[in-house]
Amino acid sequence: MGRAMPAPSTTRNVTGTRFTRGLGIATLASIGLLAVLGLVVTPADAVQRNGVRIMYVHVPSVWLAYLAFVVTGVASAAYLWPRTRSLTWDRIAGASAEIGVLYVAITLVTGSLWGRLSWGRYWVWDARLTTTALLFVTYLGYLAVRGLGGTHPQRARRSALVAMFAVVEIPLVHFSVQRWNTLHQEESIAKGEINGLMLFAIFWGVVAFTLLYVWLLLHRQRVMAMEDAVEDRGLDRALVERRAEALVGRT
Amino acid sequence: MTTTFVVLSYLLTFGGTAALVAAMVHRGRRLARQVPPEDRPWT
Repeated sequence: MGRAMPAPSTTRNVTGTRFTRGLGIATLASIGLLAVLGLVVTPADAVQRNGVRIMYVHVPSVWLAYLAFVVTGVASAAYLWPRTRSLTWDRIAGASAEIGVLYVAITLVTGSLWGRLSWGRYWVWDARLTTTALLFVTYLGYLAVRGLGGTHPQRARRSALVAMFAVVEIPLVHFSVQRWNTLHQEESIAKGEINGLMLFAIFWGVVAFTLLYVWLLLHRQRVMAMEDAVEDRGLDRALVERRAEALVGRT
Repeated sequence: MTTTFVVLSYLLTFGGTAALVAAMVHRGRRLARQVPPEDRPWT
């Protein structure tokens, strides 16, 4: 008699719960509405014309990246604080940084396409663009540090310390347009330069990307928990094998 | 050129997201074969 095959439920809906499924549906619906708003419903801008439509994915992308890196910083601080130390915080920090790196890359590429339409150049060494590129490279470095090896607590402590330094870059990027003379425009939303449907589309984009971030974070940190569990099982197995070898050597 | 760049921006944003989701689901399903349900407290 062969061994019974595992139930299909063990490899389907692996990281999902009723909450994440509901959240996933809400996220998909809000992203669909954002695409319709950004590509069809909103009017062309008087100056940027249809190029302004890039803003409806560019601004929410950078918002998501900021949010992800702030969460990485807060979760890292929670890990370093002895009273709240838990590897769950480390996994939240790592998962959030991975998501943030993807969205800061999207921000750089969509911003570059918008720049080509508005400024005639894909890239200028402007303060906002340069600090954003630096932020991207810094968090790539953070992810590289996470992959250096060692035990899970070693990884957590090392990467949490890096995250504490990296998070300082976020205000540097955000306020770079105020601190230096830059080609990149200052905050148009805070100054009330955008209104009506255009403002609503940006606001909706931020809401949709926030939902997307929460959904991605929950799933990614659960996948990381399984990665850690598999590594732990591998270590346990290796320890048992070494002990058995040592016993055989003595006899 | 404007239309191409606008469509490219949306494709990159949503395509990048879809690629991340696909990679995550694939990895999760592969790992689930090695991790019993009792080690997955959210289930």
